Amino acid sequence: MKALVIDDSRVMRRIVGGILTDVGFDVVEAGDGKEALDRLEEHDDVQLCCIDWNMPVMTGFEFVVEARKRDEWRDITLMMVTTEGEQNQIVRALAAGAHEYVIKPFTPDIIIDKLQFLGLVEAKETL
Amino acid sequence: MSLAPDTFDFVATLVRQRSAIQLEKGKEYLVESRLAPLARSAGAANVDAYVRTLRANTGLHEQVVEALTTNETSWFRDITPFNMLRNTVLPDLRNRGSRRIKVWSAACSTGQEAYSIAMTVKDHHPDLDLSIVATDLSEEVLAKGRLGAYSQLEVNRGLPAPVLVKHFVRKGATFEIAPPLRQQVTFRKHNLLDQPPMGGPFDIVFLRNVLIYFDVATKRDVLARVRRSLAPGGYLFLGAAETTIGIDDTWERVHEGGSSVYRPREGK
Ligand SMILES: C[S@@+](CC[C@H](N)C(=O)[O-])C[C@H]1O[C@@H](n2cnc3c(N)ncnc32)[C@H](O)[C@@H]1O
Repeated sequence: MKALVIDDSRVMRRIVGGILTDVGFDVVEAGDGKEALDRLEEHDDVQLCCIDWNMPVMTGFEFVVEARKRDEWRDITLMMVTTEGEQNQIVRALAAGAHEYVIKPFTPDIIIDKLQFLGLVEAKETL
Repeated sequence: MSLAPDTFDFVATLVRQRSAIQLEKGKEYLVESRLAPLARSAGAANVDAYVRTLRANTGLHEQVVEALTTNETSWFRDITPFNMLRNTVLPDLRNRGSRRIKVWSAACSTGQEAYSIAMTVKDHHPDLDLSIVATDLSEEVLAKGRLGAYSQLEVNRGLPAPVLVKHFVRKGATFEIAPPLRQQVTFRKHNLLDQPPMGGPFDIVFLRNVLIYFDVATKRDVLARVRRSLAPGGYLFLGAAETTIGIDDTWERVHEGGSSVYRPREGK
């Protein structure tokens, strides 16, 4: 399984990437939306994108809109991971084609939990 | 710092009598860490000193018992029971002609379970007329459930984003359950050692992740009372690590899609 982590902060890419690596993803990175589109062209086996909203050059929201125009990418799961937590922003992102939305700050559990909902990692029953 | 043995014994006995929660030897750290804040705010030198005041002041007992409850919960906990609710249990109740569905969320903690049930019904069986009685021993968790306001961290976990935007209203730093859902849930203080709460008989009882704290005799008692609170043909959901098997054989287990639900056996 391959995931693309899109964030202009290297630290944040490492954090999110680390969580994904732990649950079995190969991780590739991009520093903005435009770079992310290039990565998707290079790697045709990406199943999941974790996307920051505010980035230079091309925002995460613009990336979602662009990515959703491409039929061959329609099976890729798009998950926003951002400090933008206004309700209308969540609604906008979902309407544009994002599947999930994680508001920063988050814990690894939260990401894993969302991946379970999305069927990308196996669900475990908890005690 | 370690707890005096008689402090632990006193607290363990009190908690067992009031809630049936078993605090075995080795849980001294739990007593220490949960009671330290109470001791501090009471101006006691340490937990031992605080517990000495408890012997004389029974008015403080309730908050001590509450402090030793574990209130861990989440939205759509374990997912599979909620899928089963949606795909099997509610369709069956509907087929049997009930449009009014009464649910008891027992040991509900801060309300995530009750609201997850309400969201399931609203999203997948909107024509059903749902009412939920949500009960817990702890006033503190009930107050939070009643308020229906959760922090960003709390809604981030376990709630699919589309569900979040549909059923919550953002108010400043918190997300509030939308009024139509909140109105379906009534929070009430109730001890599982007592008779079932008013509002029954119930078509569905959620009794999840609480039997694990009890000894076998208490589990059996609680299950017997729950059974009496169920409407004919009703359903019981237990936690993933809990079962009636080997405890009370008047229940039949229905297993499906990685989850189980229990029903009273006919004629028992
Ligand atoms: C771990 S939570 C379970 C919450 C929810 N049912 C779930 O599965 O996520 C356990 C709850 O049981 C409550 N509890 C413990 N003993 C109880 C008793 N004797 N009567 C009623 N509630 C009790 C605690 O206050 C706590 O909120």
